[in-house]
Amino acid sequence: MAPRTLYDKIWDDHVVHQAEDGTCLLYIDRHLVHEVTSPQAFEGLRMTGRKVRAPEKTIAVPDHNVPTTLDRANAATMTEDSRIQVAALDKNAKDFGINYYPVTDVRQGIVHIVGPEQGWTLPGMTVVCGDSHTATHGAFGSLAHGIGTSEVEHVLATQTLIQRKGKNMKVEITGSLRPGVTAKDITLSVIGATGTAGGTGYVIEYCGQAIRELSMEGRMTVCNMAIEGGARAGLIAPDEKTFEYVKGRPHAPKGAKWEAALAYWKTLYTDEGAHFDKVVTIRGEDIAPVVTWGTSPEDVLPITGVVPAPESFTGGKVEAAKRSLDYMGLTPGQKLTDIAIDTVFIGSCTNGRIEDLRAAAAILKGKKIAVKRAMVVPGSGLVRAQAEEEGLAQIFIDAGFEWRLAGCSMCLAMNPDQLQPGERCAATSNRNFEGRQGRGGRTHLMSPAMAAAAAITGHLTDVRELMGETV
Amino acid sequence: MDKFTTLTGIAAPMPLVNIDTDMIIPKQFLKTIQRSGLGKNLFDEMRYTQDGAEIADFILNQPAYRKSQILVAGDNFGCGSSREHAPWALLDFGIRCVISTSFADIFYNNCFKNGILPVVLPQDAVDHLMDDARKGENARITVDLEAQTVTASDGKTFAFEVDAFKKHCLMNGLDDIGLTLEKASAIDSYEARNATLRPWA
Repeated sequence: MAPRTLYDKIWDDHVVHQAEDGTCLLYIDRHLVHEVTSPQAFEGLRMTGRKVRAPEKTIAVPDHNVPTTLDRANAATMTEDSRIQVAALDKNAKDFGINYYPVTDVRQGIVHIVGPEQGWTLPGMTVVCGDSHTATHGAFGSLAHGIGTSEVEHVLATQTLIQRKGKNMKVEITGSLRPGVTAKDITLSVIGATGTAGGTGYVIEYCGQAIRELSMEGRMTVCNMAIEGGARAGLIAPDEKTFEYVKGRPHAPKGAKWEAALAYWKTLYTDEGAHFDKVVTIRGEDIAPVVTWGTSPEDVLPITGVVPAPESFTGGKVEAAKRSLDYMGLTPGQKLTDIAIDTVFIGSCTNGRIEDLRAAAAILKGKKIAVKRAMVVPGSGLVRAQAEEEGLAQIFIDAGFEWRLAGCSMCLAMNPDQLQPGERCAATSNRNFEGRQGRGGRTHLMSPAMAAAAAITGHLTDVRELMGETV
Repeated sequence: MDKFTTLTGIAAPMPLVNIDTDMIIPKQFLKTIQRSGLGKNLFDEMRYTQDGAEIADFILNQPAYRKSQILVAGDNFGCGSSREHAPWALLDFGIRCVISTSFADIFYNNCFKNGILPVVLPQDAVDHLMDDARKGENARITVDLEAQTVTASDGKTFAFEVDAFKKHCLMNGLDDIGLTLEKASAIDSYEARNATLRPWA
């Protein structure tokens, strides 16, 4: 057999049927569901009298709408339409008999944090969800991507998806990261280099020493933003760190099944000489702590840089950059570290895991915030509990942060956590689109450590200076 | 799903690159549990002021473009989230075709599930159609899915590529789930095989 990539191998093992024109029916191992993109799909099943084919492989959790304030058990904390959407998921989960973590369950959280945490996400699987950040699960060497609501209904009814195979792209990060540089800086730097459409039509495999050296949490951060680079899915080959992370989780295999799984998982790597249609290589040593300046995730610069002039771009990007600067209220030539911040948001499926909270707390310990508002929204109830146990919660509270319950929160501001027009936020989330965190809100994306640094100084800050590192 | 065969209509020019799904339909409108009714909120934050008044110079608020059925858009249209509310909003407004040099994958797929044809053309063709669209009601663009062509008001015709299966489904308004369930026995045997090969999954 010709050498295959990791993507090729997972794909081959999930083809149920292949038509002459290459259109495939792909089997789906895990289907994650949340309240926003599923109600119309369940309604479709009801209207056609169809069932969920594999309820045991379907896992639902409300995350987008749910308030993150401590009083959220009080229904009045939600708007009427949000309440209806969450209630619809409660009912659909019950009616169709799927696995469910309701708002009141300590295991509730952002769907992409709950899946791995509970051991639903395993290497070599196909994982889908009506959410573009499903790419997160690729960190386990599973083929994971977002789908639309029609496809959600298709997977519920058939446990398959109609797909054509994408192309293979390799993103290699060589060497090691320098101090103060994190997984978020890797993934933003890759998007900065390739653009938001650089990965369109591809599945990315991230590899290289710097990727190997990342924890599972860091790898999830990297894969999470594959979609921001246009790729539906990002993958990292599983290794001992992956197996260690998975072992003992509630839905991970046990005993003889574990041994069989492990033997299979160890075959999940790209063969020597396998073909990639596109290759991008970045030296880990060259990556600096970065922030975004504009309204597209490709608008990435090292924190030591200045706001660019629109004329420095070409084609349609010139007009787009003008529009971005106007929206963001920035002037070309302005130093990034001179940009004052009102709000700090630490959380989201990109950076709401325990390691992210540790990184932010390490910067914040013994310090006070110099911004109007700062909040930490753990990615799940279990992350929250662990952070409390480790004393991180107290560090955040002492610094002046709000210590919230789990949910998507201000990443997309579907719940009450929103920016006001003109407010500027240092955010650890994944999108800086116009209006993303609230109409007129201005978002700068960065790592948790960088967001913590901005919280202390009140402006965008090079975290390395607070760490005593020479730049 | 409505069939798509041919369409002749007014095209609105939206040359901005990277028009994302948050622009197409902001998140506050994702709280619906229905597919319909989103047209009035299409491009909401570009189209209305905070207090709900129309922004006169936004393209779809201009008299010539209020009944647009086609968008001619900048690169990478539909990037961002997987929300199918984006094509639902376009469709509810009356848009049946979007023309660009490139689309984000998930959005592109979602269009086909809703009777909307996304057409990919090279830059020079999109530039020509963009100029044509700027003529407003005086320039109607024709999209022929069967022939896989887009014809500008000056008669200039551009051929486009589309996946044969997607074309077939769109032309006939076919329900994917129904087609897949015809292969139920293949799914059964895959599951049986998988139970032995990968019992943990």
